[in-house]
Parts: sequence; structure tokens; C-alpha cells
Amino acid sequence: MKLDEVKIGGMGASRRRVEDNRFIRGKGNYVDDIVLPGMLHMEILRSPLAHARIKSIDTSAAWDMPGVRLVLTGEMMAARNLAWMPTLSYDTAAVLATDKVRFQGQEVCAVIADDPYIAKDACGKIVVEYEVLPPIVNPVQAAAPDAVQIRDDKAGQVGNKVFDWEIGDKARTDKAFADADVVSKIELHYPRTHPSPMETCGSLADYDRATGKLTVYMTSQAPHIVRAAVAMVAELPEQNIRIVTPDIGGGFGNKVPIYPGYVIAILASILTEKPVKWIEDKTGNLTSTGFGRDVYLKGEMAMRKDGKILGVRMNTISDHGAFFADAQPSKFKIGLMHSAFAAYDIPTAHMFATGYYTNKAPGGVAYRCSFRVTEAMFFQERMVQAAADDLGMDQAEFRRINFVKDEQHPHRTAFGFLTDSGQYEKCLDIGLEAIGYKNFAAEKAEAAKRGRLLGIGISTMTEPLGAGNSREYDILGIKMFDSAELRIHMSGKALLRTGSRGQGTGHETTWAQIVAHELGIPADDILVEEGDTDTAPFGMGTYASRSTPVAGAAIAMVARKVRAKARKLAAHLLEVSEEDIEWELGRFYVRGNQERGVTIQECAMAAYSNMPDGMEPGLENVAYYDPPNLTWPFACYIAKVEIDPETGVWDVLQFVAVDDCGVRINPMIVEGQIMGGLTEAYAMANMQYQTYDEEGNIIGGNYMDFLLPTAWETPGFELYEVVTPCPHHPIGAKGVGECATVGGPAAFVNAVMDALKDKGVRNIDMPLMPNRVYEALTTGKDVYGMPPVRSGN
Amino acid sequence: MSSLYEEIKSAPASDIPVRQITVNVNGEPRTANVEPRLLLVHLLRQAFKLTGTHSGCDTTNCGACTVLFDGRPIKSCTMLAVQAEGHNVETVEGLASASELNPIQEGFKQEHALQCGFCTPGMMMAAKALLEENLNPTEDEIRWALSGNLCRCTGYQNIVKAVLWAAEKMRAELN
Repeated sequence: MKLDEVKIGGMGASRRRVEDNRFIRGKGNYVDDIVLPGMLHMEILRSPLAHARIKSIDTSAAWDMPGVRLVLTGEMMAARNLAWMPTLSYDTAAVLATDKVRFQGQEVCAVIADDPYIAKDACGKIVVEYEVLPPIVNPVQAAAPDAVQIRDDKAGQVGNKVFDWEIGDKARTDKAFADADVVSKIELHYPRTHPSPMETCGSLADYDRATGKLTVYMTSQAPHIVRAAVAMVAELPEQNIRIVTPDIGGGFGNKVPIYPGYVIAILASILTEKPVKWIEDKTGNLTSTGFGRDVYLKGEMAMRKDGKILGVRMNTISDHGAFFADAQPSKFKIGLMHSAFAAYDIPTAHMFATGYYTNKAPGGVAYRCSFRVTEAMFFQERMVQAAADDLGMDQAEFRRINFVKDEQHPHRTAFGFLTDSGQYEKCLDIGLEAIGYKNFAAEKAEAAKRGRLLGIGISTMTEPLGAGNSREYDILGIKMFDSAELRIHMSGKALLRTGSRGQGTGHETTWAQIVAHELGIPADDILVEEGDTDTAPFGMGTYASRSTPVAGAAIAMVARKVRAKARKLAAHLLEVSEEDIEWELGRFYVRGNQERGVTIQECAMAAYSNMPDGMEPGLENVAYYDPPNLTWPFACYIAKVEIDPETGVWDVLQFVAVDDCGVRINPMIVEGQIMGGLTEAYAMANMQYQTYDEEGNIIGGNYMDFLLPTAWETPGFELYEVVTPCPHHPIGAKGVGECATVGGPAAFVNAVMDALKDKGVRNIDMPLMPNRVYEALTTGKDVYGMPPVRSGN
Repeated sequence: MSSLYEEIKSAPASDIPVRQITVNVNGEPRTANVEPRLLLVHLLRQAFKLTGTHSGCDTTNCGACTVLFDGRPIKSCTMLAVQAEGHNVETVEGLASASELNPIQEGFKQEHALQCGFCTPGMMMAAKALLEENLNPTEDEIRWALSGNLCRCTGYQNIVKAVLWAAEKMRAELN
């Protein structure tokens, strides 16, 4: 009689994905797959220079080409007040350049033509005359007193500084350092990298003059934010704007911001009265859209001789490129960098952050992380390892004695966050056991006989996932809640819509599982729809691992609202009072007589055919969920690597991941997220970076230079699970999508550094390419900064 | 029969030569008028509406555009449509029969070998080429055969499992 929750595809079922049915048949529907009648194609002409004044633009030859419908310049955008647009961080960004170009790859002109080949040809016919200005490619140059000002467009801007910002208790932290037995220091650079989803950005704008309706299909992780922004910037009535996000070919944060191409395509559609499609090429994506990281991190840790941490100081200098376009909660200038050390019981901490403009691509997005948490955790775990080494303590033991203990939760961190729950030591123990930590010394000695260097690297961290609560988290004033709308049809099948937007993350599968868990309706009977602002309730979108913590909670809450009404229907059908009704999965019954009951499906039918007098017909509801706190998953990642000292090449011998993301809705999907995230972590540690030469030319602007690991290089990962339910989430879940990318890199780097510990080397900045490891090995010196342009030192 | 892109627009410039070609796509001869510079991936996607083949990087690195060309995996973003004249091209749309999925497709779903799905068609075509040569591949052989195809979501482990799953099923079907 009782429903088996796993059988109906409820919580805990590794349900195979619904969305796969179309993807494996080649029937996905990505933005470039959409074709509208009479559609035109747009191509963008980009700046070849990093910093230059535009002296003239001659578009006449482009206009003369057959098949060209429109050529747009910055001047034409300016005439419509669209040459600049607001960023998500209260700055402005150029849509098409008017006065200067400020980074290589910046949008200068756009051509709209009958096909993309013609549009590309026509871009080649545009003549732009530039006056070259000195480029600034790192914060040191940006901060120089005689540095040329990049943002001379901004009234009141002095020099190239974007912000100074601080948090924590300086006086108390200073005292902790004064009282310390040992002070350990470390200095790092987290290289610039790019989320680089397989699918680039793109949009298809369709303005219908007859109805005044603007429909835009676009690769957006947050379609409702786009609608609001278009309403404000383009001054179009919001009810006439429809943003549709079709299938997204990967996002990783890259598809959160609003890019110039979207805006230009919308204007082009309005001007030509035709649908206009813009599909970015890979170089456009890599050179102009939201990058990640590019932060110089410096810090020190004060400790007692016995290993107890007394305080931490952090200093960050971040490179934001030409426009401050970070996608992050507006209150925090350097994202949630201050989530660092949340897993450790540290009495006091202080952080000072400075940001600079440079002649590099703008848009520091949270690349698969909750707003700079990746940099925070990388710094934390590199600092912890350095401190353990300085103390001469075992790195695992040092973590253990400083962890926040299970019973200390909820725990207020030194920077003011409130962590909710966790079993940190348990995770660490599982990880150490799995990697064979006890036998490592013998293993290392054995390898040394073969001339190989072995190292073990640990990374343990808890991170804040699921922005926000609305008290603290907003983007441009819009509070960071999310939503769900559930409609039960009379046959007991259901339609669920949310304000989030999956990007390969399996929402169509897992969201139905939450409803199945709450109502007992089989997951296969529930259709999940997202991404269409005309039908989905308002939500802040999918990034920062916020879908399950926020939208997922909204789904549970809306299902409970529906269940509350179904209970009234059940009482009516069973002819008892509501107080005498009990619930079990999928069914109400009369207290004391379990045989006498009605299913949720029978209640649904009654909602349309047999409701009690005075009851509103129908069975549907909507819930907006404002989380009381972030969720705090914990992860312990341990890498064992072997270095060939002859070449500097390092191989991963074993990698162990212990993740506690609370209750798992679909274990298969959770594990998929972890393995994917670890691969991106491996990529960043190894090869996946972008840099600029002295002239501001980007290195890493195509897949020839920007290296991503293939199946051949990528190591295997062993996954382990600990479950500490989130105490404030309705189904006990925590975010997970980003844990591995956030915590993973330090495990790899710590392992390589552990192998080099006896060589006098304390740090090699990522990427740990063989030549850099070899350089460190042979010189016995640290390798700092980014290849090939070194900054700082 | 269609010209370059989705719609026949204003007449193309007279100095652009247009050539009629016939390509055998998924076992069916298809004809189109194309400019000599048209890429095979665009012929498939735009003229033939086979949008399962994706264009990813434009530089032959990512493999999202992988199709089988006379049975051999190639990257259709760096082959001209005219080069395909008279040849056999297989795309993801040709994998399943009307009634059943190819074991590779089943394996990808069973083993959770895809997330965003963008690389999946190319990945499955590369896997098909491997399994047609070697129905009993090792993990290393699979990783090597797929090393021309990038995936940003999965970390490849489940893709390897999916190919093993498919190989096992195909072997069982042979017996």
C-alpha cells in the first residue's frame, strides 16, 4: 500500500535524466538552433588593440556590400542613449565603443546581414583609425602614479582604482598577531581564467512593431534579471518583453551578465523590424565575456606554538579589466572573499581589498563559484598548508585542531558569516583513510628510490552557497529570493515552473523529484518548465549553486501549500474534519483507519469536479522563498601526485573527494556535478588560464592557446559521501554544483608543493605547468605570477 | 533545396559562385546550392536542418561538430561543404532507428554521461567510430579515441563508462 519513494522517482532516487531524451537524439534546442522567418545575422567587429582612442570609423564599404542590412557604430548607439549600459556592479560598460577602446576584443561595430558570412565579410570592410594609448595589463601598472587613466569617461574617477574595501576587526586582529608565537605568510596569484562553456553566448531578438512585443531568445542563466534590465535600459514596457532561455550549452557563470551583443541585437531588430540572431564565436567569448579570478592574494596567519590559529590577515588586489562588471551581490565589492576560513575556529580576522581597472576584458564573473569563494578557499587552504609546514605540524592534524567542531554550529565566523552545520572531522577521516594517509611516508620513500617525488595535498572547506537571504543579498537592489509555481491537473499530473534556469544541471529531473517527495506524485508525471519569463514566476536565476538552496526550497514550499489545500479536499471526500486527516506519501487517510483514504490524484480530480461548497476550484499555487541563511556544504579533497623531476610533469595517482552537501535529491546528478567540478579544478591547477602580453594582447583567446583537459589527461576521481542535513532548508539540502571547482584547485597545488617541500620551494602559482614546476625544482625558488607576463615582484 | 542559410534572401552577389552538391547524409542523398566557402557544419545545420551537430570553437579543437565522414570521425567546422560532395556523412540524427536508440545513446543516458548536452552529439559520433573498429576497448583506448572531443561538464569519467556500457550491449547483441 505504502508508496516506495525511490520507485516513484522521489528524493534519493538516481533517476535517469528527463532532458537526456532530447540531447542524445540531437534534439536539444540551443539558441543557435532557433530559426525565425526572415531572420538576419549579426557579427561584431572587435578592437585589435588593448587601449586606443578612436579617431574615425568608416563603414561605407560595409554598407555597400550586397546582403548588408545595417551597420551600427557607437555613435549610432549613443544617438539612442545606448552606447553605454549599467553593469551588475554599479559601473557602466560600453556597448559599442565611442571614445576609446579599453581592451582587446572590445565591441566597436556591428553588421547585420542576410547571413553570417556576409556579416563577417562586411566587418572586414570597416576601417577604424586608432591612436594607440599605453596599455595597462596588471594592477601594479594601474596603480602607478603616472598611469594613464583608463576610465576617463567617468566623472569623478581618479586614477585607475575601482574600490577600496575592508571587513573584519583590525584592532583585535593586530592584537592577535602581537600575541602570536608564530606568524606564517603567503603570497599568491590566482590566475585569470575563463568559464568557457562549450556553447558561446548568443541571442535572437525579435521585435514585432505591430504588437510592440520584444521576444529575445538568449543564453542567460538569469532571464528575469535580463527582462528587468531591458525594461529599465531600453525603456520598453516590461509586459511586452519576453526573455526565453532555451537549452544552455553550459554556463558556469559566463552567462549571467548582460553583454553588448544582446543589446545591439535587440536594437538591430527594432531598427530592421526583422529577427536578428547573434552567435558569438569562440574568440569573442574568450576575449570579451565574463572571465574569472585574476586576484593577487597576500596574507598571514597568527598561531600559538601548539598550532591553534589566533587570527588571520588577508589582502587582495583584484584586476577587473576595463569595466567593473562583476556579477555579485551589490553590497560586497570583492564578492564573498570574506567567507575564507569559515571551516576554522578563528577568533579574529581582517581583510583589505583593492580593485583596479586594467586594459583587459571586463566582467569578473563567479566562475562556478559563489562570488570569489574560489579565490577565498584557495587562499585559505594554501595558507593552512604553509602554516602547518612552518609549525612543523602534520597538515591533517593542523586542520583537525582548528576545525569548527560539529557541536559548535551554528558558528559565527571571524568575518561574520553564520555556518549552519557540518561534520568536518568525519569527512577528513574518511578522506585520509581512502587515500592511505598513514602509509604515505613509506610510499613516498619507495617512490624516491625510483627517482620520483610524491606529494599529498589536502583541501578542506565549507563555502556559502545559495545566495542569498534578502537582508544581505541583492543585485542592483533586487533581492535574491526565488520562486516556484505548481499546477496539478485534474488527472493528478502536474506542471512545475521555477524562476531558476538549469544549464545542464538536471533541473527537469530533480525538481520533479522534490515534488514527488512532497506529494507522492510520480516524478514521471511532472513536467518541469523554466526559462520563459512570460510563463515562469520571477526568479533570480541559476548561479552560485543557488538553485537547490533557493528554488529547490521554493518547490518544496509550493508543494506543501498544494498539499494543504488537498488536505481540505481529502476531508471533504472522506467526510471527516480536516483535523482527523493524516498524510503519508501520496495519500491522505482517516486517523485510526489507515485503510480509509484518498490519493493525491483523487484530491486533484475533486479540485476540478467535486470541491466543497465555498472552496475555490483548482489545485495550484506559487511560492516565493527567501532563505534564512546561505547553505554550508563541506568538502574534503585529497590529491596524491607524483612528479618526474626530469621534466616537471606531475601525474595524479589518486584523488579522493568527500562531499557533504546535505540531503541528496538525485545522487547520480550530485556525483556528476562533483566530477565535473573536479575536472575544472584540475584544469585551473594545470593549464586553463588567460594572460596578456605587455601590449595587452590576450593569450588564451582561442582553444589553441586556452587549454582544456581532454578525456586523456583528466584523472579519475573517487567519491565519498557524508550527509549533514541543512537545518534551515525544507528538505535539508545544500548547494553542491560549485564545491569541487572551489575546493579542488588547492588539493592539486598543495600536493605538488608537498612533493617539493624539501626543495626549498614554498609556492608555484597556478597554472602548474611542467616548465614552472621544473623551474622551481631546479632553482629552489618560488614561481610567482602569470606566464608570460610577470607582475609584482 | 536551399541556398546558403535558412531563408533565400536577396539574390547573392553575382561574383560569388554557387555550386550544386549532393551529399549522402544518414543514408539519404541531399542536394543544396552552396558557396564554395560554406562549411560542412553549416550545410548540415542550416541547409539540412540537422541542428544536432553543434559548432563550438571554429578551430577543430572542441569536437562538438564531429560527424562521421565515410565512417571516419571528422570535425565539420573545418571541412568545406563542397568537399563532402558524393561522400557519406553520418550525424547524431542518424544514430537511432525509428524504433530504437543506438546502444551508445542508451549508454550515455544510463551512465549520466552528459549534462548540458552540447558536446554529446560529437562525443557519441566519436564513440561510434571507435566501437565500429573495436568492440572491446579498454578505458585507455576510449579516453584516447575521445581525446579530440572536449566536455566541460562531466569530467569524462561517466562518458568512458557510457562507452563501456554500449560496447557490452553491442557485444551481447552480436552473440
